[in-house]
Amino acid sequence: MTVTHSPITHSPITQTPITLSRKGSTPKAKGVPPLVEQLKGGLDAPICLTWELTYACNLACVHCLSSSGRRDPKELTTAEALSVVDQLAALQVFYINIGGGEPMIRKDFFDIVDHAVSRNVGVKFSTNGYYIDQAAAERFAAMDLLDIQISLDGFDAETNDAVRGQGSWEAARRAMDNLAAANFGEFKISIVATRHNVDQLDDYKLMADDYGAQLRVTRLRPSGRGVDSYQDLRLTHPQQQQIFRWILDHPDVLTGDSFFHLNALGTDSGEALPGLNLCGAGRIVCLIDPIGDVYACPFVIHDNFMAGNVRDQGGFANVWRESDLFQELREPGSAGACASCGSYDACGGGCMAAKFFTGIPLDGPDPDCALGHADEAVAAAAGSVPHSSQDHSRPVRLGAKPTL
Amino acid sequence: MTAVAFDSTAKWERSAKIGLRPEPFGALAYHFDTRRLVFLKSPTLVDLVDGLTKHDSADAAIEAIVEPADDRSRQAHVTALASLAEAGVIEPATKIAFVG
Repeated sequence: MTVTHSPITHSPITQTPITLSRKGSTPKAKGVPPLVEQLKGGLDAPICLTWELTYACNLACVHCLSSSGRRDPKELTTAEALSVVDQLAALQVFYINIGGGEPMIRKDFFDIVDHAVSRNVGVKFSTNGYYIDQAAAERFAAMDLLDIQISLDGFDAETNDAVRGQGSWEAARRAMDNLAAANFGEFKISIVATRHNVDQLDDYKLMADDYGAQLRVTRLRPSGRGVDSYQDLRLTHPQQQQIFRWILDHPDVLTGDSFFHLNALGTDSGEALPGLNLCGAGRIVCLIDPIGDVYACPFVIHDNFMAGNVRDQGGFANVWRESDLFQELREPGSAGACASCGSYDACGGGCMAAKFFTGIPLDGPDPDCALGHADEAVAAAAGSVPHSSQDHSRPVRLGAKPTL
Repeated sequence: MTAVAFDSTAKWERSAKIGLRPEPFGALAYHFDTRRLVFLKSPTLVDLVDGLTKHDSADAAIEAIVEPADDRSRQAHVTALASLAEAGVIEPATKIAFVG
């Protein structure tokens, strides 16, 4: 057995800024596909997965990818949630991304997190920060294997609150202050890049540096309530160029590998964003939603992409390994409409979820194709796009909805 | 966690802070302190990492485990182990053999 290309690579799927080695330092063995191709074929267990603990949320962000608001009566009980942790530990899932809704609303939030950490399953959880008071911050600071991501979608209150709701900027900053005061260490400030905050990234970086925090910038997707706000928030083509360069210039900023669709911009210059640059849905990642349904990724909460439920016979492992949907996603895909584009190898056609919720065929171009190949199709499909199968949004009261 | 310069004539071992998960291509290694994920891209490299403690030096482990152990392959595995040392996946062996 010979070593295939460089024997190890580092993945930015982790929280740390590490680059994927592209250099082949050792001879390639004939007939052994490259690592990325093998990952496309799926793993015995996900590298990491997202677990939304509850659909309940105190906020009503206009781009919420899980359309959260009200708790679902069918949500996993504490015993069921602890059992899911045990299953993931047995599968050696190294860490889980906990989200919601607002996960801290669950009364057993700390029980679940403590159990995960005690089983050596690392936890990274996303929160709006409302419930991180000084006591909670100190409790977090005393825990190992725990990362916190505070969502902040505008550098200033005006920009942020237009998307996340009034008072949410102040709450997030208060949580950051509490974490800093408790000496939590390097928490994450998590930004969904929109056309309104993309010019603020340098300011954000200074803020993160001041806190000793790490910046995480991810892509806006037209999922959940984002279906309705996407057109108003998505980056313009010049802004795509801008953020592509900014990410290349800031290798220490985390991106969750979410901007790989922009790699078409580096086709001529030979530049590529750090990362595996592949769609990991059902291959190396997935989503467990609050009622135990398992989806291909956090951005496709739709019946078409639901693989099973952790309550089914055989639990999570059986869904991951045996579901027809996941088997299908691990088959080699067709380049479809992108086959004649010289950048297909760079962007891989982009994000499945983004295509689905903008009415584009799954073998068509990403709606945010940086070369503009989807612009006409997106415009044509507007108004007749699919919506998430789960909607837990609270009823809108007049005057209560954040304005864009 | 500080990375240690890799000396292939010394004895090495897998770090206790590492979770290693077998995969068809080799293994996934996760460092619980640095939160780094590392791909070990061949089963031979995984065998090598696990076999380090059975040999007095990394060189001896390579000689015994890597096939064929020609110069090129040997050098590739020294480079790989150096990267793993840099990532904290392997550490200089500290256990003192207890005899008697």
